[in-house]
Amino acid sequence: MRFGVVVFPGSNCDEDAYHAAKDLFGQDAEYLWHKDTDLKGADVLILPGGFAHGDYLRTGAMARFAPIMGPVRTFADRGGPVLGICNGFQILLESGLLPGAMLRNRGLKYRCEHVCLRVEQTDTPFTAAAVQGQVLRIPIGHGEGNYFAPPDMLQQIETSRQVVLRYTNPAGQLDEDWNPNGSVHAIAGLCNAARNVVGMMPHPERACETLLGGTDGRLIFDSVINSFRGSLALHP
Amino acid sequence: MIDPGVLERHGLKPDEYEQIVQFMGREPNLTELGIFSVMWSEHCSYKSSRLYLKTLPTEGPQVLQGPGENAGAVDIGEGLAAIFKIESHNHPSFIEPYQGAATGVGGIIRDIFTMGARPIALLNSLRFGSLDAPGTRRLLEGVVAGIAGYGNSIGIPTVGGEIVFEPSYAGNPLVNVFCLGIAKASDIIKGVASGVGNAVYYVGAKTGRDGIHGATMASAEFDEKSAEKRPAVQVGDPFMEKLLLEACLEVMKTDALIGIQDMGAAGLTCSTTEMGSRGGAGVEIDVSLVPQRETGMTPYEIMLSESQERMLLVAKKGREAEVERIFEKWDLHAVRIGHVTSDGMLRVKDHGRIVAEIPNRALTDEAPLYRRPMSEPEYLGDAQKLDLSALSDSDLARRLQPSEPADPNALLLALLASPTIGSKRWVYRQYDHMVRTNTINLPGMGAGVVRIKGTDRALALSVDGNGRYCYLDPYRGAMLAVAEASRNVACAGARPLGATNCLNFGNPERPAIMWQLARAVAGIGAACRALGVPITGGNVSLYNETDGSAIYPTPTIGVVGLLEHADRVVGRRFRRAGDVIVLLGEGRGELGGSEYLKVVHSLVRGVPPALDLGAERALQALLAVLADERLVRSAHDCSDGGLAVTLAESCFDAAGLGAEISIEGVRVSPDDRLNVAAALFGESASRVLVSVVPDAVTTVLERAAAAGVPARVAGQTGGHRLRMAVSGRIVVDLSVDEAERAWATAIERYFAKRVA
Repeated sequence: MRFGVVVFPGSNCDEDAYHAAKDLFGQDAEYLWHKDTDLKGADVLILPGGFAHGDYLRTGAMARFAPIMGPVRTFADRGGPVLGICNGFQILLESGLLPGAMLRNRGLKYRCEHVCLRVEQTDTPFTAAAVQGQVLRIPIGHGEGNYFAPPDMLQQIETSRQVVLRYTNPAGQLDEDWNPNGSVHAIAGLCNAARNVVGMMPHPERACETLLGGTDGRLIFDSVINSFRGSLALHP
Repeated sequence: MIDPGVLERHGLKPDEYEQIVQFMGREPNLTELGIFSVMWSEHCSYKSSRLYLKTLPTEGPQVLQGPGENAGAVDIGEGLAAIFKIESHNHPSFIEPYQGAATGVGGIIRDIFTMGARPIALLNSLRFGSLDAPGTRRLLEGVVAGIAGYGNSIGIPTVGGEIVFEPSYAGNPLVNVFCLGIAKASDIIKGVASGVGNAVYYVGAKTGRDGIHGATMASAEFDEKSAEKRPAVQVGDPFMEKLLLEACLEVMKTDALIGIQDMGAAGLTCSTTEMGSRGGAGVEIDVSLVPQRETGMTPYEIMLSESQERMLLVAKKGREAEVERIFEKWDLHAVRIGHVTSDGMLRVKDHGRIVAEIPNRALTDEAPLYRRPMSEPEYLGDAQKLDLSALSDSDLARRLQPSEPADPNALLLALLASPTIGSKRWVYRQYDHMVRTNTINLPGMGAGVVRIKGTDRALALSVDGNGRYCYLDPYRGAMLAVAEASRNVACAGARPLGATNCLNFGNPERPAIMWQLARAVAGIGAACRALGVPITGGNVSLYNETDGSAIYPTPTIGVVGLLEHADRVVGRRFRRAGDVIVLLGEGRGELGGSEYLKVVHSLVRGVPPALDLGAERALQALLAVLADERLVRSAHDCSDGGLAVTLAESCFDAAGLGAEISIEGVRVSPDDRLNVAAALFGESASRVLVSVVPDAVTTVLERAAAAGVPARVAGQTGGHRLRMAVSGRIVVDLSVDEAERAWATAIERYFAKRVA
C-alpha cells in the first residue's frame, strides 16, 4: 500500500507519519508537497500534525487553499481513505471535509500527554481492526483541540454515527476529568458521512513502538493496511 | 560628536574608547562606535570571562568541535555527531517573559542547525523567585508559554530540564535553553566566510528596529527603569524559523555553501565580523540591499538590529542560482548583500558610500580582555557556618503542626511539596515532548533520552545546576553541578561524552562576583577533567543583578551521554513489586545548603556536600555497566531532598507501588531527631538508588565491589506504602498516594489558588 504524506511548510509530524508507514509497517510512502497537485499514486493520504502555515491566524485556515488540497478533495470524494492527525484534523475541518470547528483548549494551555480513547465506530478504514468500545492509550499534543459543533450539527453527527473516538477514563467511561481539552461530547475523532475521511487529535504515529512507551496507535495503521488488502482481494 | 554621554549609552568605558581610536587611527563615526559597542559588550566578547574559560578542558578523542563555533560536537559513532549547546536568555525573559523565552529557544535552535545538524531535542534550566512572591507566577507562565510556543510550533521536542524556585532569582530569573542536533560527522558546517568574491547572502525575516542593543542590554544590570528597555527585546516567529531550518538543511545537502551563521546577538554586525574573522577574510556589505521591515532605517540601526530568524551565508561562486532556488521553494528570499574580500576588514556601505570600515581583528581577537580584581565575598565566612546543635524543629513545628513536634512524615511531605522538588508536570505537559517520535525517557523520568533513528543508539541529556551550593562554595558547587548532570545521564544507562555550560553570574566589575566566577569555572574544569566530559561550548551571562543585588552564582551544566543500545535505557521509576532496592554510595548526613535546611529551617547555610571525584567516576562507570548488562530495572540519583525524596520519587508515576528501605543512622548533632533528618534528607553526593530483579542482586553487588563502589541491599519494592527505617527504627511510614499527591500538586496548587 502506498501512503501519501502531505507536507505543508510548517508540518512537523510529517516525518513521524512517514517513518511509521515506511519503517514500522513496511509500506510504500511518499511525501506530497503542498504546492504540488500530484498524489503520486497514493492509496491512502495522511495530513500530519504541525503548524501548517504557522497557524497564527486560525489552525488550518490557510492550508485549505494549498494547491494539493484540490486533488486531496477529489481523492476523498471518490472514497479514498484520508486521515487527518492533529493539525491535519484541523485542516480537514477548515476544508469542510469534516464538520465542525476547533477552539482553544479549555484551560487555554497546550497539552502533551497520553490520553485514553474509546473506539466508537469500527466501520471506517482507520478503525476496522478495533473492537467497538476498545480503549486505546495514545498521546495528544495540541493547543487547539477543543472540538465544537452547533447543537443541530452535533445531533446530525451523532445520529449518523460519525464520532469515531471519544476521550474517556481508563475504564472506557465518559468522564470530564479525562477530557483533556473540553471537546463537546468528548469527541477526539470524527469521520465524514461516507466514512472514508477520518480526523483525530491524538497522534497514533507516536504510539507504534514499545520503545516509545506504547503500541496502541498501530491499530489505526493496521486497520487501513488491512482494509486495503481486503479491497484488493475484492477488486484485484 | 562622540562625548561621554554617547559612550555611556553604548556601555563603553573611556579607556575602551581610547583603544578604539588607536585601532582605527581616527575617531570612529557613530555607526562604527555602535559596531564596537556590541562586539565589545560582555555578551559578545566575553571580556571578563575569556581568561578563565580558556582553562576548561575542551579536548578528547570524541570531540569533533570544541568551543569557538556556533555549537560543540561530539562523535556518537556510526559516522554521526551530536551537536549541542546551552545559552541564556535571562535579561530579555525578565523584561518580556513570553518573547524573551521564545526567542531564546529560537536562537539556540539556529546555532544548532547552522552547524548542519537536524535539531532533535530541547531542554531548559529555569530559575525564578519563590512561587508565592508577587510576579513569579506571571513570569513562570510567560516563560513556559514562550518556550512551548516556539518549540512546539517548530516541532522540536522539549524532553527535559530543571526548575528551581529561590528568592535570589526574584528580580532576575534565569532562562537557559539547551538544544541538541544530529549531523553526519563528515558534514559539519562552519561559520566561515572565504574565497574572495564569493557572494554573501542574507536570508530570513526582514530587519526591523527591534532588539537594537540587545547585547548591550544583556551586559548591564537592571533597575526600576528596565521596563523601558522593552523595545530591545525581539519578537519570535517560529514559522519563519521552521522555513529557515528546512531550507538551510536542504541547501547544506548540496555542497554549494562555504559557510553560514545565524544573526543572533549583535545581528548583522556579529555575523559578518565573525564569519570574516574565522575565514581569515573580510566581508563587504551594502545595507541598502538588506530587506527592511521599516522605512528610513539608518545603517547604524540595520547593523545593530537583533530582529530574529535571519541567517547570513556565503555561497560558492557559480552555485548561487542553486542556493536561491532552494530558498524560493520555501518561500524565502535569499538576497545578495555583499561579497567576501581579502583585506580582513568589515566594510559597510550604504548605496555604495562607505559608512563603516573596521578591521575584523579589532572587533574579535583584539577585543578587550580583563583580569578583573577579585576577592572572597564578605558573606562567605558567616554563611558557611552551620551549627546544627542550635537548630531545633521548632521552626517546622510552628509552620507545619503547631501542636506537636514535627515527625519525619511531615518533613518528607513538606519537602515533596516544595516546588523545587515537586513534580514539574504542570510545566512539561505544555511542551510537546514527543514530536519526532524519538523520546524514550519522557520528562520527569530522569534524564531526557532520545533514540537516534536508523541506529540502535540513544542519547541521554541532562541540565543541572545548584545556585545555593555555589553561593556557599562556588568551586564545590560547580563541581557538584557537573557531577549531577553527568550522574543523571549515567543513571539512564549512558556514558557521558561531553558537556556545555552556561555561566549565570552578577556584575563582574565587583570583586566578589569575579571571585565566584573564577572559582566556579575552576570547579567545572576540575570535575569535567576527572569525569572525562570535556566542555565543547557554552555561554556566559553576567550582570544578573537588579538594584544592586546579585543572583546566586549559577553555572548550569548540560551533559550529553551515549547509550549504544536504546532499549537498555533505565528510568527513575520502580517497575515491579518484589524487586530488591540497592543503595550505591554512602550517605554522611550532610545538610549544608540542603533543601531540608531551606524548607524546614529557612536557612541557606553551611558548606555543600563533599565530592570525591574518583568515587563519582567509578559510580558513573558502574551505572553504565549495570544498564548495559540489564541488571537494574530503575536508577535514581540522590540530590535535592536526599535519600528520602529519592525513594519517594522512585515510587511515583508507578500506580502507587510502594517500597521499604532501612538505612544506617548518622550522628551530626546531639539532637537525635536532627540525626534522623540528616540520614533521610542529607544530600551527600555520589549516591544512586537502584532496583534489581532478585536473581541479579549478587551480580550487582559483585559489579559494584569490582568498581570500588560501596553498595548494600537497602530494602525492597512492594505494597502501597513508603516506609523508611533509620538505625532499625521505622521513621517514615506514609501511603504512596498521600506522598504522591503532595509532590504532584507542588506547582499546580499555586495556580489553583489564584483561580479560587
